[in-house]
Amino acid sequence: MKAIEARDVHLSFGETPALRGASISVAPGEIVAIMGPSGSGKTTLLHCLAGILVPDAGEIHFGDHRIDTLSENQRSVLRRDEFGFVFQFGQLVPELTAEENVALPLLLGGVKRTAALGKARPWFERLGLAGLERRRSGELSGGQAQRVALARGLVARPGALFADEPTGALDSLTGEQVMDLLVASAREQGTTVVLVTHEARVAAYADRQVIVRDGKVNALVHS
Amino acid sequence: MTLLGLLDREPSHGYDLKRHYDTFFSRGKPLPFGQVYSTLGRLARDGKIVVGEVEPGEGPERKRYVITERGATEVESWLTEPVEAEPNLQTVLFTKVVLALMLGRPAEEYLDRQRAAHLRRMTELTELRRNGELVDVLLADHGLFHLEADLHWIDTTVARLDALRKVVRK
Ligand SMILES: Nc1ncnc2c1ncn2[C@@H]1O[C@H](COP(=O)(O)OP(=O)(O)O)[C@@H](O)[C@H]1O
Ligand SMILES: [Mg+2]
Repeated sequence: MKAIEARDVHLSFGETPALRGASISVAPGEIVAIMGPSGSGKTTLLHCLAGILVPDAGEIHFGDHRIDTLSENQRSVLRRDEFGFVFQFGQLVPELTAEENVALPLLLGGVKRTAALGKARPWFERLGLAGLERRRSGELSGGQAQRVALARGLVARPGALFADEPTGALDSLTGEQVMDLLVASAREQGTTVVLVTHEARVAAYADRQVIVRDGKVNALVHS
Repeated sequence: MTLLGLLDREPSHGYDLKRHYDTFFSRGKPLPFGQVYSTLGRLARDGKIVVGEVEPGEGPERKRYVITERGATEVESWLTEPVEAEPNLQTVLFTKVVLALMLGRPAEEYLDRQRAAHLRRMTELTELRRNGELVDVLLADHGLFHLEADLHWIDTTVARLDALRKVVRK
């Protein structure tokens, strides 16, 4: 379990400022939802926290490490070894079977094929996907594909899981199933979760919600 | 509370109070005079308003009602405190927003607090439905969908506060 923190992060795309002094701190094992209107900077913030983008100014910390000063190579190793990802559209590799997709982070991390598949398989039972191990992504429903993507995000037992609109392409019942499983698995493994969503019902699965507006993070004031 | 809030704007005659109430809050159901005066009587008895100096002249409209410190405090805390996050609050929230704008108070802050209260309640309900029986799930869902609708309303209203402010400020 590791904490994740952004301190006064600024980032512009050319002339467009996407983040203007965003700060957020996520405790080890905590599930935090980042909400906010479309275009407010949610995805950009998630990408900074996950070491995909490097901010123009400010700091990103993961556990004891400052990660925004790492090289591109070091960040890519960090992402592979420490982070899991789930995106709006599962983004499974179409040429691979479902179980190979789940095993992918392990395979990329140098785990032998048999061992990797052995670790991938229990996820199918756990996420209600038993029997679908050999299917390709084209043969899965949206909800099934998203559960495979979730398994892939968690299979390497990452310290942190980053999910960007993980239910965005699903109907509400299927979305809830995915969120139920995401929260249950993350809690079981003690994974810290940063969840981006514009839907309150999805955000309500988190321990805590923050709102991004105009590139800044507003903590919600509870009175 | 609405009448008290209107008095926090300025000391008024009963008739003006009714007129302002009907313009902004009654939505087609005018407030009966009897109710205006019985409410004013109760507020005066509780020390939240006082009857100002009786103005010279004819008729019942010579009395001006003035809010007291206690009354103003009550309006302030009513505006500041989020409403309990139960579904179907649109009427109360609406009244709160319009009054806050009339009084030049930070309506957006109140709505932000309300949003936080709603999200907290939604988080509780989500926790309930994750561990509950099907019946609990259905009940929690009912609450969640309505709270979500309130939140949409809050978001849209926040986006329109400036326009709304112009309509209600005189
Ligand atoms: N790759 C990009 N190139 C240029 N502008 C971008 C890029 N990604 C995001 N933006 C801009 O940055 C702002 C924030 O975008 P984003 O973080 O995707 O918002 P959100 O996820 O909240 O919808 C928007 O104005 C968007 O148009
Ligand atoms: Mg986005």
